[in-house]
Amino acid sequence: MALIKCENVSIGYEGQTVVRDLNFHIDSGDYLCIVGENGSGKSTLVKSLLGLKSVESGRILFGDGLKQNEIGYLPQQTDVQKDFPASVYEVVLSGRLNSRGLKPFYSREDRNQAYEKMEMLGIRELEKQCVRDLSGGQRQRVLLARALCATKKLLLLDEPVTGLDPIVTTEFYELIREINRGSGIAVVMVSHDIESAVKDATHILHLQEKVLFFGTAEDYRKSRVGRNFLGGGQDD
Amino acid sequence: MIDTLAEMLSYPFMVRAFTVGALVALCSALLGVSLVLKRYSMIGDGLSHVGFGALAVAAALNMTPLAVAIPVVIVAAVLLLRISGNSKIKGDAAIALISTSSLAVGVMVISVTTGMNTDVYNYMFGSILAMSEDDVRMSIVLSVIVLVLFIFFYQKIFAITFDETFARATGVRAGMYNTLIAVLTAVTIVLGMRMMGALLISSLIIFPALTSMRVCRTFRGVIISSAVVAVICLVAGIMVSYLCSTPAGASVVMANIAALAVFSAVGALRNRGGIH
Repeated sequence: MALIKCENVSIGYEGQTVVRDLNFHIDSGDYLCIVGENGSGKSTLVKSLLGLKSVESGRILFGDGLKQNEIGYLPQQTDVQKDFPASVYEVVLSGRLNSRGLKPFYSREDRNQAYEKMEMLGIRELEKQCVRDLSGGQRQRVLLARALCATKKLLLLDEPVTGLDPIVTTEFYELIREINRGSGIAVVMVSHDIESAVKDATHILHLQEKVLFFGTAEDYRKSRVGRNFLGGGQDD
Repeated sequence: MIDTLAEMLSYPFMVRAFTVGALVALCSALLGVSLVLKRYSMIGDGLSHVGFGALAVAAALNMTPLAVAIPVVIVAAVLLLRISGNSKIKGDAAIALISTSSLAVGVMVISVTTGMNTDVYNYMFGSILAMSEDDVRMSIVLSVIVLVLFIFFYQKIFAITFDETFARATGVRAGMYNTLIAVLTAVTIVLGMRMMGALLISSLIIFPALTSMRVCRTFRGVIISSAVVAVICLVAGIMVSYLCSTPAGASVVMANIAALAVFSAVGALRNRGGIH
């Protein structure tokens, strides 16, 4: 059973279908990149995977013990307030909410998890810093740590490198690759950066209102849609 | 100094003003942090005007003021929250529409029934004498409810204030908590309105949060600082009001302005010094 399986999924706003007939699946350990032009329905699909938007038709199935509220989500930068008085520790710890239920306070285990994830992403010494004083790259690591606190199985990243400079972007991709290979956490990344996507990902989902391509990254590179989209950057 | 304080506390109305005022200030400061950060400050202002209309109608119908005002303002709070959440309608315009309409209804009702008298003045700008024994009991009960709910749901309130999308994605029922915050705000506003005045009550929500954010760098720090600042400013304001015979609401706002100035200066100095 796959972690997530989409069967004939169509999603839209007020009767206007944005994406239709999506069929794809994500298995444990996969690194899936969702690519496509602006308005191709990438963000809409993300919302539906998170359960924030209901589908018009079709089904999104969760398997392998994954629950919909246990996806580690890293939102687009624009969705997070930049001028917010909260410490790194407070933000990372809030990723543990989904395992709390109605219990009002965090347990020692929750706090340990938060410290562990901060350690893992090299932001432990920023613990007491205010998130508004961080650089773009540091802030993304904090939000990634929060996402890791929320999941054991699947990270969902929505254009995570937008606005980061090239060096920080490269570091961030490395980090994701390590998490994917080292911890076996499946990664789903919405990306504009097609070159890096094909390099790191195991699978590609190319959207243009419907699925233009779904398969391994290798096959994508050979396919017609992939060659067109990758453009002149490729020799063959 | 101590003599003056003892003299103040020898009047039952002053004890009532301090009790209700401090409790209302505390609750509105806690809720205010979330409202200000979520850009919902205007809701507080809108609700106080709706409260004014409701009080005027209650007086005209000879009903208990709070029994009418609390349900009406709660309904308005839920409504305003819906409007703000819906990006299609211009939220700020809709809030202004509702608040001016309520104000107009209130003024019309009063002028037709009792005429424009000192009651209207007191509703608008607040009166230190406004609190009855019943009000004190009600404020204590409701403040305790607000405090308990706030502490119990503190982590969730933090999550939806910081990043509502993420909170919803991890299974927090953000809509329910937003409604809870709006309802608690409505109750707090109605309780404090007659003392602070319909035009000035929203300052209790907005000032402590903004003041604390000048200096504090964690959410917990902002919450605690807001609560402390709010209560101190309220006590200071009421003392000034008693000593100088100035309206209670305006005096409390003046104290809050002073606190904001001090905290801004401290924040600016710290940034310049580069101390983190």
